[in-house]
Amino acid sequence: MIDTLILLAKIVAALVWFLVLTLYLTWLERKESAVMQDRIGANRADFFGYRVIGLFQPFADAIKMMFKEDFTPSFSRRFLHNAAPFMAFFFTAVTIQAIPFGDVLRIGGKEIKLQVLDIDVGILFILAMLSFTVYGVLLSGWASNNRWTLLGGLRGAAQLVSYEVALGLSLIGLVMVFPSLRFSAIVDFQGDLLFGWLPKWGILLQPLGALIFLIASMAESERVPFDLPEGESEIVGFYTEYGGLKWGMYMFTDFMKVLIIACLLTTLFFGGYHVPWLAADGFHFPWGGQLLLPHGIVILLQVLAFNVKVIFFCWLQILVRWTYPRFRYDQLMDFGWKFLIPLSLLNIVVTAIIMSVLK
Amino acid sequence: MLKHLGFFIEIVKGSIITIRHFVVNMFYHILNLFGIKTKRRGAVTRQYPEAPIQLASRHRSLHRLLQRDDGKPRCVVCMLCATVCPSECIYIEAAEESDPEIQKVPSTFIIDLSRCCFCGFCVEACPEDAIRMDTGEVELARYGRGDLVYNLEKLLG
Ligand code: SF4
Ligand code: SF4
Repeated sequence: MIDTLILLAKIVAALVWFLVLTLYLTWLERKESAVMQDRIGANRADFFGYRVIGLFQPFADAIKMMFKEDFTPSFSRRFLHNAAPFMAFFFTAVTIQAIPFGDVLRIGGKEIKLQVLDIDVGILFILAMLSFTVYGVLLSGWASNNRWTLLGGLRGAAQLVSYEVALGLSLIGLVMVFPSLRFSAIVDFQGDLLFGWLPKWGILLQPLGALIFLIASMAESERVPFDLPEGESEIVGFYTEYGGLKWGMYMFTDFMKVLIIACLLTTLFFGGYHVPWLAADGFHFPWGGQLLLPHGIVILLQVLAFNVKVIFFCWLQILVRWTYPRFRYDQLMDFGWKFLIPLSLLNIVVTAIIMSVLK
Repeated sequence: MLKHLGFFIEIVKGSIITIRHFVVNMFYHILNLFGIKTKRRGAVTRQYPEAPIQLASRHRSLHRLLQRDDGKPRCVVCMLCATVCPSECIYIEAAEESDPEIQKVPSTFIIDLSRCCFCGFCVEACPEDAIRMDTGEVELARYGRGDLVYNLEKLLG
């Protein structure tokens, strides 16, 4: 009974963390782009006269979206048109359940893993769920029954499918180095030290893999350097026929993808919840010092470290989004098939050679 | 492959520019947050409604009609402004004036600001210096088009 309750609490907590952070990602995006462009950014939404640097803006946006007309064009395929945004939303939202937020927390004789789904095939699970979002893109284009949205949906599907190959291949090198697909095992491996002082993070063992993963996953998130499926500024994209809350769900899915990519980068390549040199009983510095900490503080530091890393990678992705212009479509395909995929194959070969030499 | 590498260098260079902007602006924002005044600000934004901007002295804003010493409009209904107006938004009707020096005064003088393009030709054309655009009023948004039709009383202020 109590175990079920704990599991339920973990699911809800992970989902709330995910959704709230996504909501504030919109705020981060506005503010960060503003600071990059010498502006101030949205700061007017107030709550009883308090403005607090625009922190209420996401709620104002949400309220606006909810009260907009929920418009379904008469020529659309009604059921699919309504179902498509929910599909994209759902399959992105479940991915968070496989991400480890921290080590095992012990209170009152109970051992609580700060991760909801500790499955053997964690990486495959997330890749599979992210592939399912293709249906949201394709179905919305198809169900809107409009030529241009159909073309947008096809563009989106082609892009997502081709970059998924590079995404999967870039992770194979990592799986070879940390021989597991289980997220908690991968994070545990990254807690070790290299040469006795360097944290054994994935980025140090797989620098090329990390770079390919970053680029391919940003293409998966369909944001600006790779935003051809939606092309919000001039091309007509797959969600043209959506308005109000359903459009908001697509937007929200985009931001959720940014967040899940940041989580994946953190977990796979940047040590997950590990703080350098922090073991289960406190800091053991390589230069000899020690700082013992109680269990609760250690877990707190881990969760904090995870959050800081995730927010840093969100920051990085937003920076990329506001720095680069969009790819041309043929460049996009060339880049995916002729550059990223050979490069990730090269990465696998080089990893294999180095591993067999070092053995 | 080599071409892609060249692109990659340019891509990194581009991100360095935006990161520099971000870091420098953030530095000034944080200094200002802690109450430290700096000559340079973190953003060029002006908080408009709270901190209005000083208009230039020759800025063309809402029209006004000037009056003679006795309070009558200076306009002599020569129709030059209504003729020159590219938006055709000035409508004038004349009335007799007993003073032979003046002869005509406007009985109606309507400027439809919803059509006016604020070119200032009417001011240039007026031989009597009867119309000017120097009220400094630029916040001219209204809820209805009718509220933007300014008649003689409104223009005389
Ligand atoms: S400013 Fe230009 S458009 Fe406006 S009333 Fe005068 S002449 Fe016409
Ligand atoms: S040009 Fe001047 S004097 Fe002539 S009608 Fe217009 S406002 Fe009156």
